[in-house]
Amino acid sequence: MTRILDCGDAAFTIEFGNAIDPALQERVRRLDAALTAACEHGSVPGLLETVPTFRSLTVLYDPLLTRRETLLAAIAPHIDADIGSTSAAVRHWRLPACYEGDSGPDLDEVARMAGTTRDTIVALHTGTEYVVYMLGFLPGFPFMGDVAPALALPRRAEPRIRVPAGSVAIATGLTAIYPWESPGGWHLLARCPVPLFDARRASPALLQAGDRVRFVAVSQAEHRRLDAALAGGELDPHTFLAHAVGADR
Amino acid sequence: MSAPLNLGIDATLEVRSPGAYASLQDFGRFGLRRFGVPWSGTLDPALMRIANRLAGNEDGAPVIEAFDGGLHLAITGRPVRIAVAGPAELELFAGGERRPAASWRSYLLRPGDGIRIVRTNGTRLVTVAIAGIDVPTTLGSRSTYARAGLGGVAGRALAAGDRLSAHAARSGPELRLPDPPRWPGDPDDPIRVVPGPQADHFEDAALGRLFGQSYTVGTAADRMGVRLEGAEPLRHRTGKAAEIVSDATVPGSIQVPGTNQPIVLLADAQTAGGYPKIATVITADLARLAARRPGETLRFAAIEVAQAEALARARAAEIARLCERIRPIIGEGVDLEALYACNLIDGVVNARQAEPPT
Repeated sequence: MTRILDCGDAAFTIEFGNAIDPALQERVRRLDAALTAACEHGSVPGLLETVPTFRSLTVLYDPLLTRRETLLAAIAPHIDADIGSTSAAVRHWRLPACYEGDSGPDLDEVARMAGTTRDTIVALHTGTEYVVYMLGFLPGFPFMGDVAPALALPRRAEPRIRVPAGSVAIATGLTAIYPWESPGGWHLLARCPVPLFDARRASPALLQAGDRVRFVAVSQAEHRRLDAALAGGELDPHTFLAHAVGADR
Repeated sequence: MSAPLNLGIDATLEVRSPGAYASLQDFGRFGLRRFGVPWSGTLDPALMRIANRLAGNEDGAPVIEAFDGGLHLAITGRPVRIAVAGPAELELFAGGERRPAASWRSYLLRPGDGIRIVRTNGTRLVTVAIAGIDVPTTLGSRSTYARAGLGGVAGRALAAGDRLSAHAARSGPELRLPDPPRWPGDPDDPIRVVPGPQADHFEDAALGRLFGQSYTVGTAADRMGVRLEGAEPLRHRTGKAAEIVSDATVPGSIQVPGTNQPIVLLADAQTAGGYPKIATVITADLARLAARRPGETLRFAAIEVAQAEALARARAAEIARLCERIRPIIGEGVDLEALYACNLIDGVVNARQAEPPT
């Protein structure tokens, strides 16, 4: 059931549901695309920006330029609009990840908890194409899912004070890549050399909600090579874009 | 009416001390919340606007947002015009002397001069505008967001030894805001909020408690948010209701984690979170909350969205009226050397006494 939630005098949230579910995310993505297009046409004055999440879209506006009631009236036709009307291209990424050695400090523990081996964990983690549900927590941080049932673990009891940038992690049925060094409570499985956020790019976040991501295991040597090439600018991160197709449903 | 002082194009300010915490901020970095980048930007846009008007800047020019006292700037290049908005005691270092100075007005400082915020009064926040300040733009804003190294000086808060560039100060009178209002308002007035978006995740008694008891500002209060402590906990309806599938936060979101105590999110807060949000502080009152010091108390009151929108517009109109009251300081701030050089007038020294030193 779609609900409008109050977020003060400068935002409201259109909530499609309260679960992590690709179908809900797809509805969020389509409404977001429709509103973004309307914004670009200048047909929704006062709308500042929208924030897509797993199951809702938050609309932020300038209360000096518009009112909630005006905006809701303008947005209402786009909520649950014809499912095909706002289809946009879906991007598929193949991101390198090194699961070897100390790149995956929690692999052994995760294997123990799942009652299996490191190799199986790697196979499970690389065996699924994930949906980027949303970005948040840190600039460029992608919440992706869903992981295989065996990998659906709660957060670590003891969060780490420092998770290295590039860490590929799992928790709560999801997987993510830390774009920055930060504190974190997820289980670390691998390292990804691809920079996810770069302020010099026009669109600074590499991934966006609705993208699909599959991890490809690489050796430590290959990780080092890619890391250097990406850091030196010889390799464009978009190299890891597999293909883009129109709404592949 | 303002012409270049003809003293060169570049002025430099050195940060001798940032004080408690100081960062460069403008109105904020918009359009990137979907990528996890908060707006940042000044916690008190009205104060930033007034400071910029006093310094002769555009309203959106970046300012130094300073927490409490201690910020000390020294001019090492060309003359610089500076204005501090917000209730504060200042001191000027000029010509080898130290003298008290006032906020809510501009000063022209010369190479070798300095200005220091001694203390802030009744608030923890003031803004310092520097005429013609020149700061590079990152992703559409000069606002500092240290977590991702964006904006400001090298993507971080100001530190001793940092240098800021400004275009040369222009001649013309100094400006002041006469009879400034109590800033940022009456601390006894409640902070108004709109219940939601997840008020239904709390026990029926929780909203009554939120509005019925007073809250103490905790020591963890910064540009990301303010932790509050109330006598009675805000209990979630069930253990499961203590977490939500992450959704977006906004500046002013009051999230309540498992501690059952509220945290109000501010400009640098993360853009999404997994804790239920019981209410949202309205735009017109957010700066008033951000200005409260650890240990101080406050109360919340509930209003409806339409009322809050009307209050936002009323507040903007009030600030516009305030800005219109900014006036030149008669007889002061006229550049004596420039005038003598132009051989225009005599007797300026007497005229300078027209406005008593503040």
